[in-house]
Amino acid sequence: MGKFILRRLLETIPVIFGVSVIVFGLIRFIPGDPAVTILGERATAESIAALRERLGLERPLVEQYVIWVGNMVRGDLGRTIRGNLVLSNEIASRFPATIELSLVSLFLATILGVPIGILSAVKRNSWFDTSSMFLALLGVSIPIFVLGLLLIFFFGVYLGWLPFVGRIASSVALERTTGLFLIDSVISGNFVAFQNVLSHLVLPSITLMTIPLAIIARITRSSMLEVLNQDYIRTARSKGLAERFVINKHALRNALLPIITVIGLQLGTLLSGAVLTETIYSWPGIGKWLYDAILGRDYPIIQTVTLMIACIYVFANLSVDLLYSIIDPRVRNNS
Amino acid sequence: MSNVTSLSMPAQELSRPYSPSRDIRQRLWRSPSARLGGFLVFFVVLISIVVPIFDNYNAPTDRNLRARYQAPDCVIGWLNGDYTETPVLCDYPFGADKNGRSIMRRVGHGMSVSLVAGLFSVTISVVLGTVIGLTAGYLSGLTDSVIMRLMDIILAFPSLLLAISLVTVLGPGLQNGMIAVSITQIPVYARLSRSMAVTIRNTEYVIAAQSLGASDSGIIARHIFPNSLAPLIVQATLGLGTAVIETAALGFLGLGQQPPYPELGKMLADSQESLISGKWWVMLFPGVTIILIVLGFNLLGDGLRDALDPRLKGNQ
Repeated sequence: MGKFILRRLLETIPVIFGVSVIVFGLIRFIPGDPAVTILGERATAESIAALRERLGLERPLVEQYVIWVGNMVRGDLGRTIRGNLVLSNEIASRFPATIELSLVSLFLATILGVPIGILSAVKRNSWFDTSSMFLALLGVSIPIFVLGLLLIFFFGVYLGWLPFVGRIASSVALERTTGLFLIDSVISGNFVAFQNVLSHLVLPSITLMTIPLAIIARITRSSMLEVLNQDYIRTARSKGLAERFVINKHALRNALLPIITVIGLQLGTLLSGAVLTETIYSWPGIGKWLYDAILGRDYPIIQTVTLMIACIYVFANLSVDLLYSIIDPRVRNNS
Repeated sequence: MSNVTSLSMPAQELSRPYSPSRDIRQRLWRSPSARLGGFLVFFVVLISIVVPIFDNYNAPTDRNLRARYQAPDCVIGWLNGDYTETPVLCDYPFGADKNGRSIMRRVGHGMSVSLVAGLFSVTISVVLGTVIGLTAGYLSGLTDSVIMRLMDIILAFPSLLLAISLVTVLGPGLQNGMIAVSITQIPVYARLSRSMAVTIRNTEYVIAAQSLGASDSGIIARHIFPNSLAPLIVQATLGLGTAVIETAALGFLGLGQQPPYPELGKMLADSQESLISGKWWVMLFPGVTIILIVLGFNLLGDGLRDALDPRLKGNQ
C-alpha cells in the first residue's frame, strides 16, 4: 500500500517537471522578440529593454528556468505586465469565484448524473434509457459557448428571468470573508444577497455542468450494466432480495469505483470549461482573467493560470488514483 | 445471440460465406445512432464541398449596411402563411449580421472551415499518435517509458487550455489553431495504439513473423497496425467532434480564424453584442450548425464502436 502511494507520487515528479518546462517556455518560445510581441510594435526601445531585463530574457535559458522555479517555490509568482500587479494577490481575489462555480457545477452534475445513469441501466432500452442517453450525447456535442449563448438569450433576454452578468448585482451589499459568495451570504445571514448570488449562479452552473453531467450519466450507466450482468447479482435476486436492495447494496457499491474516478477527472473539464463559461457570463474568476490576459498579451498571467490549472489537474488525477487504490485493493496489486 | 439471428436469416444468407465487412455494414445499418450520425455527416460534408465550389465568397468586401441586422423574416413570413413579403428579403434567409452580411452564406462557408479544420487536426494527431504509440508499444522498455511519460505531460493539461497556451505562443490564426488542437490530441491516439500494440505483440502470428526474420517496422506496418485499426477509426470519428469544438472554441476566444473570414466560433463571439437586444438569428444559426456537425460525428462514432468492436458496447 505504502509502496504504491510512493511510486505513484514519484511518477508525478517528472510530469510536474515537464509541465513546468512547457509553461516556462510559453514566453521564451514566442517567435521573434517576446518583449516586442508583448508591448506591441510601437513600444519604445527603452521600454522593450526594461521588459527584457524584468523578464530576465538576457540570461541563459537554464538560469532563467532555475530562477523562475526558485521564485515560485518561495511563493513569488511575479507581477502582471499591465498594471504591475502582484500575481499571487490577483489569484487570491479571483480564485474563489472559479471554485464556487466549479464546485456547484460538479455537485449538480453528480446528484443528477448518477441517478440518471443508474435508472438508465436498470431500465435498459426503455424510453427513459434511450432518451436520456441521447440527451447525454447531445450534452457532449453542444460546445459550452453555444449552450451559454442559447441560455442567455432564452432565460436572460427573452424571458428576462435570470441575470447573466457577474456574480452579484452591484446594488446588493455583501461582506466578503471567504470569497465564496454563497457561504459569505449564509455566514452574514444576508438573505437578499444569498438569493441574488444564487440567481446569478443558475445559468453559468448549468452551462458548465452539462458536459460533466453527460459523462457521469454515461459512465454510471455502463458501469452499472457491467455489474448487473455479474453472477452475484443473479444470486442476490434468486435468493429473493428486493430489487431495490439488490441495486443499492450489491450493484451500486461495486459499480461505484469508475463513477468516482470519472467524477474526479471532471475537474480538468470544469477548469478549462471555466475559461469559456466565465468569458460568456463576465464571471470574475481566473478563467475570465485568462481570457483578458490573452487579449492583452499579459504572458505572466497566462503562464500562472496555465500552470495552476495543470497542477490542480495532475493532483486531482493523483488523488483519484490513490483513493481508488485504497477502496479497491485489486488496483494496487495489479499495477 | 448470433446463432439465433443467423437461424432466422433466409437460406440464401446462410449459404453465403461469412464476410466481416458485410457483418459490420449490417450492424452499422441496424444502429439508429449510426444512421442518424451518418446522415448528418453526409449532409455536412456535402454542404462543405458544394458551398465553396458554387459560391465565390469574397469576405473582405462583403458588406451591405442597408441590410444591417436584417431579421430572417422571409422564413417567418412563410411559416405564418404570409407570402406577400418582398423577394428582396429572401436574400437573407438566416438574417444578416451587423455588417449586413448574409448569415446563411457565412454559415455555409464557416461549416467547411470547421470541417477542414477538424479533418486536418485529427489527421495529424492520428498519424503522429499512431506512429508514436505503435513504436512505443512494440519496442517496449526504455523507449516506451520515455515516450509515454512525454505523452503524460501533454495529458497533464486540460486539452483546451493547452491549445490556448500553444496558440498564444504560435500566434492567433486558423492554421496555428489547428496545429495546437492536433498536438493536444496526439496522446489520445498514442495511448490507444500503444495498448493495442502491447496486446498484439505477444500473439502467435507476430512471433511467427519475428521468427521468419521480418523487420520491426515491417511487423508494425503489416501486422500490428491493421489489427489495431478498428478502435483507432472509432476514436478518430469521435475525435473529429472534439477537434471541431476546440477549433471553434479558439475562434470564439479570438485565437482562431481572424476576421473578416467566416468561422463559426468567431461568428458566435461576435453575436454576443447583438444578443442582448434580442437579435437571436446572429447567434442561433452558427450555434446550431456547430451542434449538428459535432452531434453527427459523435453519433457516427458511437455507432461505429458498436459495429466494429462489440466488446466495447455500452462502455463510456
